Amino acid sequence: MDLLFEIFATIKKNKLRTILTGLSVAWGIFMLVILLGAGQGIRNGITKQFLNKATNMVMIRTDITGMPYKGMKAGRRIKMTNADYEYLKDNYPEIEEISGEFMIWGAEVVYGNEYGSYGIKAVHPGNQGLELNKMVSGRYINERDLEETRKVAVIGNVVKRELFKEVDPIGKYIKISGVTFKVVGVYSDDGGERDESMVYLPIYTSQKVFNSGTDVRRLNVNLPEYNLEQINEFQERIKKDFSERLVFDPEDTRAIITRSPRTEMEKIYGVLSGIEIFIWVIGIGTIIAGIVGVSNIMMIVVKERTREIGIRKALGATPFNVVKQILIEAVIITGFSGYLGLLTGVLVLETVGKDIQSEMFSQPEVDITTALATTVVLVVAGAAAGFVPAMRAASVRPIEALNEN
Amino acid sequence: MIRIENLTKSYPVGGGSLQVLKGIDLSIKQGEFVSIMGSSGSGKSTLLNILGILDNYNEGNYTLDNTLIKNLNETQAAKYRNQFLGFVFQSFNLISYKSALENVALPLYYQGVKRSKRNAIALEYLEKVGLADRADHLPNELSGGQKQRVAIARALITNPKVLLADEPTGALDTTTSYEVMEVFKDIHKQGMTIIIVTHENDIAGMTERIIRLKDGLIVPQKDTAFAGV
Repeated sequence: MDLLFEIFATIKKNKLRTILTGLSVAWGIFMLVILLGAGQGIRNGITKQFLNKATNMVMIRTDITGMPYKGMKAGRRIKMTNADYEYLKDNYPEIEEISGEFMIWGAEVVYGNEYGSYGIKAVHPGNQGLELNKMVSGRYINERDLEETRKVAVIGNVVKRELFKEVDPIGKYIKISGVTFKVVGVYSDDGGERDESMVYLPIYTSQKVFNSGTDVRRLNVNLPEYNLEQINEFQERIKKDFSERLVFDPEDTRAIITRSPRTEMEKIYGVLSGIEIFIWVIGIGTIIAGIVGVSNIMMIVVKERTREIGIRKALGATPFNVVKQILIEAVIITGFSGYLGLLTGVLVLETVGKDIQSEMFSQPEVDITTALATTVVLVVAGAAAGFVPAMRAASVRPIEALNEN
Repeated sequence: MIRIENLTKSYPVGGGSLQVLKGIDLSIKQGEFVSIMGSSGSGKSTLLNILGILDNYNEGNYTLDNTLIKNLNETQAAKYRNQFLGFVFQSFNLISYKSALENVALPLYYQGVKRSKRNAIALEYLEKVGLADRADHLPNELSGGQKQRVAIARALITNPKVLLADEPTGALDTTTSYEVMEVFKDIHKQGMTIIIVTHENDIAGMTERIIRLKDGLIVPQKDTAFAGV
């Protein structure tokens, strides 16, 4: 307590300089917090992009062949059908959820006098686990819907809100391209508005109603037990298998396309980690600059106070007393201003950051561990900044100090 | 109280060394009021610094209150300075941003005395030097004589064995010098051992014994008498 009195007396004596030095430290920490927060914001934004789908999902899509094969020319369209859905389901036990899908384009969804354009997808029941749809009310599409080719629909929260307002949609009828479907469920999706602006229909019903035979535009599967490597290996296996089933060159990269959010996520996270390392390097550099500033000012303080230190020593201050005073002064300056920077940084993230919403950026934040670690680093850094000046002060010979000027 | 035997001290100068003290033998009893005189370069300040454990010495022995003061590290030296010695300097050496009271209390801070207690004691000592009403003033609000009296109060607060004063009147006019010397005399009457370094004969004359230094040696007593002071 007494020591603090002593220190505040000296800090008060050098007010302006202390404030300026403190500012440089505060700025360093402020920048670090903002940068880290932004990094986290990017990470959150990207994670959110993948949140709406099962991470271990693999999407399989066929297209036009790029290579001639077995006497057939390139440019042939490869089509998947219900048979391929059954084939995958029966022959790949590692697949937990599976759904075929195709989009119904250009149709409006009508309820009474309300209508709107939404994504309309024909799917299997497995789609719920793949898209991570959560039921708000009612039920999802089930096997019976497929078997009996029922005309039912599951709508997203946004569709419900816009078409039905306050009305409970369950049991009500909507029209798509003039065909009537009964709403059996409403779902929500963590992916946000866009993923909740969908209408899902049973795939066999849709094939019949919209005259698309047995076509399946895409097959989505989930492999929850698989790691990244196994997922990549699975994709290769599927391509090879399907090249035989659907007859195209196994080397043809255009005939079949597979995508895995997991693989993409790993790639993006790799880049992100690079960015984060970069952020740390910059942030730490800024802090070091601040610390050098503190060390510098303490150096000047010691030089200026040589005489005072000499007096104190003549009056019985031990070297330890002197070191302690300078060190704690440095720690207080860095600690206090660092804390200030931390606080402003977090405040800015909490207020300004919350308003920034975009696809790649969401909820910038600094977790408490990082904040605490930074504070500890600061105190240690403050001590380090004070160390050299303190040692110099302690080694001041009282007689030399007293003889100054 | 103080016993010095064959003490030498030299400073490195350029390639060689400058012998400042060439073998001092000196003994000062408890309660003595002594002045050390000598022209500049005679080694009187060096001797006082060694007495004050502000400087070390090369050879010989220095015993203070039956404690051999030799080859001390800074921590021990600080402890002895704090417990055994009080200092009064020519340029006062008060800390400019501390009030008179805080300046006086500072040595007790290094003894770990609590703030309220040491301020109470400091006020007592300020009263002794007649400056209780100036307790809250900063040094630059005090006159030279007042500053020196604050410095004396500060030197006395730890109740030291010996009070060392380096040209305590060097920066003061004659009237103020005499006032300050009166303070010293009062303290002496209360039994304090006091050693003053001065080059002023009238100041030295107010002490009980004069030790004259010349070229790093003590001038024998009969020569001192011959000097007629």
